[in-house]
Amino acid sequence: MLPDALHYSFMQHAFAAGILVSIACGIVGTLVVVNRMSFIAGGVAHAAYGGLGLAIFFGLPPVAGTLPFSVASSLVMGYAAGRNRERSDAVVGAIWAAGMALGIILIELTPGYQSDLMSYLFGSIMAISMEHLMVMLFLDVIVCGLFFVFFKEILAVSYDEEFAAISGIPTVLFRYALLGMIACTVVMLIQAVGLILVIALFTIPASIAELFSKNIRTMMPIAVCAGSFCTTAGLFLSWTLDLSAGATIIMVACVVYGVAYVVRSAAGAGRGY
Amino acid sequence: MHSGTSTYGKTNAIEADDVTFSYGEGVAVDHVSFAISRGDFLGIIGPNGGGKTTFLKLLLGLLRPDSGSIELLGAKPAKTRTMVGYIPQETSLNKSFPVTARDVVLMGLAGRRGLGGGFSAKDRTEADTLLERLGLSDMVMRPIGQLSGGQRQKVLLARALISKPVMLVLDEPTASVDAMGEDDIYGNLKTLNTGGVTIVLVTHNIGIISRYVKSVACINRRLYFHPDGHLDETTITKTFGCPVDLIAHGIPHRVFNCHSGGGSDAS
Repeated sequence: MLPDALHYSFMQHAFAAGILVSIACGIVGTLVVVNRMSFIAGGVAHAAYGGLGLAIFFGLPPVAGTLPFSVASSLVMGYAAGRNRERSDAVVGAIWAAGMALGIILIELTPGYQSDLMSYLFGSIMAISMEHLMVMLFLDVIVCGLFFVFFKEILAVSYDEEFAAISGIPTVLFRYALLGMIACTVVMLIQAVGLILVIALFTIPASIAELFSKNIRTMMPIAVCAGSFCTTAGLFLSWTLDLSAGATIIMVACVVYGVAYVVRSAAGAGRGY
Repeated sequence: MHSGTSTYGKTNAIEADDVTFSYGEGVAVDHVSFAISRGDFLGIIGPNGGGKTTFLKLLLGLLRPDSGSIELLGAKPAKTRTMVGYIPQETSLNKSFPVTARDVVLMGLAGRRGLGGGFSAKDRTEADTLLERLGLSDMVMRPIGQLSGGQRQKVLLARALISKPVMLVLDEPTASVDAMGEDDIYGNLKTLNTGGVTIVLVTHNIGIISRYVKSVACINRRLYFHPDGHLDETTITKTFGCPVDLIAHGIPHRVFNCHSGGGSDAS
């Protein structure tokens, strides 16, 4: 017999969204974590608010603003990181803040629009339409496809970009492609769980996977499973306790990470690094 | 693509003509001109921040000179660098990157197998054979985070060798290796050099210079070239700007910059 929560189609959509989101963030998030790019991912996520402002100001659907805006800001960050690694942190921070500020100003300038920053920050996973699910599925397929086809290049560029360049890989193309992938995934995650929680779903499942695997091929499926478990358990808990879904999912993820960390330290103390 | 049959066979391995490069205000490489022929074993020494790593990056086309020109194997580095095996400082890479030793070795072929797709069974066998030859047969499927610094360094050597390069460029290959591992790695380099591979090696270890290399370049913004490999105290003192202990032959030995206000470390 079905649990109570599954009787409602909006909850079914929410559970499906949680899993679709977990697939993309398990894969892209693992790359973000192994490449130590969490700060850039955070920057892209926050800058996307500027895209939302643009979309609202010009009366377009949100994705029409957030997607190009996120991709553009991720490319600027990648350009800055490529030119001057030491200063790129500052550039990321500036774009991070500028995107948020632009979004707030544009929304204020939009006549008659009641801005609800909270719903953007924490998302609305309980209000995901079938169309949204299809968009997510589409992005999942693209992300997985790109990843499987270009696995050897992605690995080589992630581990040692200079060596990869010398050995003939178009590293600049791959650096921007990875950033573009991060931006697309961020946009998709924002719809489901909101901006504040994007970074958490990017980093926590991948960090859990990193505790149990030293091979990227197993890290990714572990991260996908960890993400799916956390979103599903979080949704049930938020339903039962009548709490905000996005926030509950993240609290569950943090608890799982904490428990996994303790278990791993107790079981495998002294292994490796 | 070995030296004997290559169309580049008759050209110099390196030809630098009045090369200057600066990071913003600070000049890292200052009007450097010199050439080495194929089959040479060049040792590059110099103080920290003296421009050794910068010079390697210019040589490999990772940086472009502000003025002057540099040729690698007879053409612009960006064209010919795929014939070069590069071995960076082991410590500059993410030690816990989640891949196996075999994965890292295969990265040496990633740019040579066409965009997209994976490696063949033959490629994997080749990688395993190389690791075996370097004494790492038990480490093939081991995550690189579980290897010692010296073992990781050998994995990087295998990664450079798998593409059968005509030239090897190494940046402090023994920075995290003990004395025994060091002899091991330099022994391998010597064998390769005897087989015709040109070797360019940046090192802090002056003892290595006297035992293995054929020619020496001292870089401290300027480059002082010694084609016969002979190093005397005057040249060393000139390069480093201070007397350096030459007695420590064979012992891992770090040379420190005695200049005041030498600026940021370019290495």
